[in-house]
Amino acid sequence: MAGDQLNAEGVSRRVASFDIRYTQYLDMEGRPVQPLPALADDPEQIVSLYRAMVLHRTFDAKAIALQRTGSLGTYAPCLGQEAVFAAVGAVMREEDVLVPYYRECGAQLLRGVTMTELLLYWGGDERGMNFEGPRGDFPCCVPIASQIPHAAGVAMAMKYRGEPRVTVTVFGDGAMSKGEFYETANAAAVWNLPLVFVANNNQWAISVPRNEQTRCETLAQKAVAAGFAGEQVDGNDLIAVMTRLSAAIDKARDGGGPTLIEAVTYRLSDHTTADDASRYRSEAEVEENRQYDPVIRIRRYLVNNAYWNDDKEQRLEQECREAVEQAVQAYLDTPPRAPESMFDHLYEKLPVAYAGQRDELVHKGEKS
Amino acid sequence: MTEMTLVEAVNSALAYELDADDNVIVLGEDIGVNGGVFRATVGLQERFGEQRVLDTPLAETLIAGVAVGMAAQGLRPIVEIQFMGFIYSTIDQILNHASRLRNRSHGRLTCPLVLRAPFGGGIHAPEHHSESTEAIFAHIPGLRVVIPSSPARAYGLLLAAIRDPDPVVFLEPKRIYRLVKQDVVDNGEALPLDTCYILREGADVTLVSWGGSLHETQLAANALAVDGVDAEVIDVVTLKPLDVQTILDSVAKTGRCVVVHEAARTAGFGAEIAAQLAEHGLLNLYAPVRRVTGYDTVMPLYKLEGYYLPSVEQIIAAVREVLEFG
Repeated sequence: MAGDQLNAEGVSRRVASFDIRYTQYLDMEGRPVQPLPALADDPEQIVSLYRAMVLHRTFDAKAIALQRTGSLGTYAPCLGQEAVFAAVGAVMREEDVLVPYYRECGAQLLRGVTMTELLLYWGGDERGMNFEGPRGDFPCCVPIASQIPHAAGVAMAMKYRGEPRVTVTVFGDGAMSKGEFYETANAAAVWNLPLVFVANNNQWAISVPRNEQTRCETLAQKAVAAGFAGEQVDGNDLIAVMTRLSAAIDKARDGGGPTLIEAVTYRLSDHTTADDASRYRSEAEVEENRQYDPVIRIRRYLVNNAYWNDDKEQRLEQECREAVEQAVQAYLDTPPRAPESMFDHLYEKLPVAYAGQRDELVHKGEKS
Repeated sequence: MTEMTLVEAVNSALAYELDADDNVIVLGEDIGVNGGVFRATVGLQERFGEQRVLDTPLAETLIAGVAVGMAAQGLRPIVEIQFMGFIYSTIDQILNHASRLRNRSHGRLTCPLVLRAPFGGGIHAPEHHSESTEAIFAHIPGLRVVIPSSPARAYGLLLAAIRDPDPVVFLEPKRIYRLVKQDVVDNGEALPLDTCYILREGADVTLVSWGGSLHETQLAANALAVDGVDAEVIDVVTLKPLDVQTILDSVAKTGRCVVVHEAARTAGFGAEIAAQLAEHGLLNLYAPVRRVTGYDTVMPLYKLEGYYLPSVEQIIAAVREVLEFG
């Protein structure tokens, strides 16, 4: 029989096998390595996503600067991973739900969360999570992987109601060592959920490199163990991430169940503004990875095809700076919350038991 | 009016609300065809289908997290965790997410879920099946912790918990799941949360308890009555948020208080009640507040569990002590 193998103990038969695809369309110079998919026929969309990536990068740099000057709390930078976020933001529909981790500003911006709201959140104000844009999206999630089961619950609600909606959850490579990932992947297949798992494999979970997280050759194959398809894409190639993510989302929307997309990228920044990556990785490694920069790659593609030029670039930079400055100003001008408002959203209605504590807070600091 | 045990009352409340509200989904391990390890969900999958009464993979963190996601989409998930000993892997989801989703998003997303679990000792169960760790949950802001102690209260309180717009941990004292039968009207009427229930009025001493321990507490009150001691018995029911006023009012009348619970003494919920009495009711007390509780030991395997659980005699002795104080 095909696949039968004779060994010392007798004949054993292959009962399962798998392979993992890797998709890349553009090389580092922005040149196609294979015929481009249909979405490349819409240069306007790619230009608009390039603009979003530059805006995101401008915002990111500003957020770090604000943190350094004491105007923002600890912030998780996104440098080098903009293509993943842009693709997530671009491919999802408004009525879909994003269940993000904490390194996610790019996708959130494209989903309609404002820069001011993001700054409020990272500036220590819950109002930043009550965003006006995508009302059903989850806010950032700090405890690693704990958001992943929420995505299954959201997807379950969509399926239960028979709605053609899809849930997308994003997490890092470190999250895939956690039970929440495994438990949810397993259940997503059992329940055939309209759920797309996006692993932003940026190679580093704070100080622990991807190869010390797992001996799996790819993170994508973890989906195979759960009984559904996983694949890798070049996470620095916007066209590749969009194409494969789009296919996964369409499949989920059509009742085809979950997919895991492992976007292979690199965290060019520190883990957060409280981290110093030089403690655990060499500058040479970071430099080596700068050549894969997703923003530069898609710009080269656009320039190569005459969809973009220096003039437009300069104007874009100016626009982004202005937009970010405006958002920062709105953030800085936001009146502070009344301290006692920390009781306002604890329950739908504040239980009598805590009314006294609220009063205590109102009078805290008053001289007796 | 139907005579029901506590576990049958739970089943009836679930059935009532599954029927009344399409948003209600019951999920957990072995709750479908098997009807739950204690048969609390028996017949529900048959009646409401696999979409509404859902057997999950064996993964408690997943179950709690899935419920958070469902609730954020406006469903009303009711999770069953088989035993208290298996509830701890849900705490990340309860503490980091369910209890604070409303607060984090300023009301944009909410989490109207119910997490049911049988708790407490006394049924000779295996290891990790008999603990009473309700105080862990009572410490979590944004949560409700509700514990019924009779079939009628289980029915009405579970309905209230399901309809509550915020997350509720609903702990069912499995020792009394089938201990008594009581007439329950299956009419969908909920009982109020956030309030203590006075089970017996009395003038001499206030006995405060919840869950399974109320059985011994009430037996003690009956025995004391024979000796002319008139005990007031309060079922706390909602540990969080605590209706401390009912307890304070009672102690203002009796001047004496004994708190009874199965959980270990240190930082058990009785400590909170004693602290509240010290803060707000000290001058009404004729004697120190006494606690009759489980010991600060690991819950023993069943050969010794009878020694661990508060007994009627211990409660009576504690009452004698506070009556004779000074």
